[in-house]
Amino acid sequence: MKKNRYFGRLILTAIAVLFAFGFLMPTVLTISNSFMTQSEISSNYGKVFANVSGSDGKAYIADTVNLKFIPDKVTFNQYIAVLIRSPEYLFKFWNSVVLVVPIVLLQLVIASITAYGFTRWRGKARSFLFFFYVILMLMPTQVTLVPNYLVSDWIGILNTRWAIILPGAFAPFSVFLLTKSMRRIPASLIEAAKLDGSSEWQIFKDICLPQCRSALYSIAILVFIDYWNMVEQPIILLPDAEKQPLSVYLSTINSSEVGLAFAIATIYMVPSLLLFLHGEDYLVEGIAHQGSVKG
Amino acid sequence: MWMKAGKEKKPRQPKAPKAVQARRTPRLSGDGARDLLRSVAFLTPSVLGVAVFFILPFLVVVYYSVIRSPMNPEFVFLDNFKMVLENNSFRVAAKNTAMFSAIAVPLAVVLSLALALLLECRIPAKSLLRTFFLSPMMVPVASVVLIWQVVFHYRGTLNVIVERFGAQAVDWLNGPYCLLVIVVLFLWKNLGYNMILFMAALNNIPKELLEVADVEGASPVHKFFNIKLRYLSPTVLFVAILSIINSFKVFREIYLLTGNYPYDGLYMMQHFMNNTFGNLDYQKMSSAAVLMALVMVALIALLFKVEDIFGKDVEG
Repeated sequence: MKKNRYFGRLILTAIAVLFAFGFLMPTVLTISNSFMTQSEISSNYGKVFANVSGSDGKAYIADTVNLKFIPDKVTFNQYIAVLIRSPEYLFKFWNSVVLVVPIVLLQLVIASITAYGFTRWRGKARSFLFFFYVILMLMPTQVTLVPNYLVSDWIGILNTRWAIILPGAFAPFSVFLLTKSMRRIPASLIEAAKLDGSSEWQIFKDICLPQCRSALYSIAILVFIDYWNMVEQPIILLPDAEKQPLSVYLSTINSSEVGLAFAIATIYMVPSLLLFLHGEDYLVEGIAHQGSVKG
Repeated sequence: MWMKAGKEKKPRQPKAPKAVQARRTPRLSGDGARDLLRSVAFLTPSVLGVAVFFILPFLVVVYYSVIRSPMNPEFVFLDNFKMVLENNSFRVAAKNTAMFSAIAVPLAVVLSLALALLLECRIPAKSLLRTFFLSPMMVPVASVVLIWQVVFHYRGTLNVIVERFGAQAVDWLNGPYCLLVIVVLFLWKNLGYNMILFMAALNNIPKELLEVADVEGASPVHKFFNIKLRYLSPTVLFVAILSIINSFKVFREIYLLTGNYPYDGLYMMQHFMNNTFGNLDYQKMSSAAVLMALVMVALIALLFKVEDIFGKDVEG
């Protein structure tokens, strides 16, 4: 009996480790391959990226593709090449930053004010409005892009950063999450402040926001990763390749620069991975509190 | 003893019954008009923005979908919808998107629940495993696309393995298996997030109930289907809805892997939209957007209904 249970645990652990390996593999491979020399990249992946070539075009290409975790020789050359020889990637990275950071900040500011409105005062009209926000939140980009496109066209911000930032700032996603977490604040706190003669703005600023600090952090991470990853919006609202974020541009990298691509891909995941490692517990807590769509 | 009491209290805390929650929010009587004014003040910025960027233009989209053209605003009612529904690429896109969601969403629900249950078992290094499972959600699609290309290319790693076992190489991204490949990428990215939702829900199941079941000698399978699953039903709904939404985002993976004109089996709704944006056919894109919005609303309503039926005995 005891032996049986031990055996079961061993199998479960093995399954978990297998899954963990699968989940980690692509990320780890991308990072480790970014430290390979160009000749190693060409030899490993020559078969896949047809015109990968070494400096003289006569690079050695192995017969089969060779996915390797550990580079033969660790080098920072790909990074140096990105930083010095190909500044256009850094421009694209900067494009991503100036799109995503304003969206995250604006969305959080607007959403926390709105969430306070939804938390402090309830009523038929307001709960209908909230329900409406939920529906809007559930609409896929394919639906919302059309209205976004029309407005941007009318007010003349099409093909500028604002065509993505403004709709992003008003996206209802964080309103939903923040309302859920503000409704968890004990009413006694608010009532006490009210009796002390605080204004609504003071209650919002001095009581609700500090109480929601971890929720705000986790929502910021979620919004950040969603927009850091965006592809659909820039393709349609920001067709100018110059202004597009790295998330779109990475796919257009010339296959002769696969080595560089690994380095850029790694650079691109650094901000989101750092955020994740720093705020994982908040993030988990934030996700866990979403619970259900209703109520 | 003290530890145990603390532990038992915790899961109940976050989810107060509805009646209690309603009571918690202070509704100060007396100054109704002033309260209304205040709530309007807090809600206005967002409502204005949502109206300007989503609602008003969507009304125009609805309008565009029932007229001949912006130049010739003759009311044609369903003509545009008929045109879109008969459009070949729309049909392919709708079919592929629906098929993808139909495969990916149930798998996402079942597998993420399985992972959550797995992390409930007594295995070592749970928090590390959780981190690993969750990490794909934080990796930009664009960053790992290179690895996916190496793995799924015709001369890629997967085929090297397949051939080593003596089987025929498969063109994963340009053949009948393409949708399954994308399902794998989708699951890779989304399972961790859903798993967290399930872990939280499992944590909220009253421990006494499970203990009673243990005392009465219920098997783990019985406990799962008769107790846990009932308490999980709101989360199952939530994860299903979330996965449906996310399943429309796999366009990212497909676009980054195969570009604007993928293999037929991977031509998604978003590809169709991109092409209609490309030639600015307002009627086509408006009707398509309206159709899709209707389908989404219907789908969500259906899921709510289903949850109402299954979740009833728990809430009461």
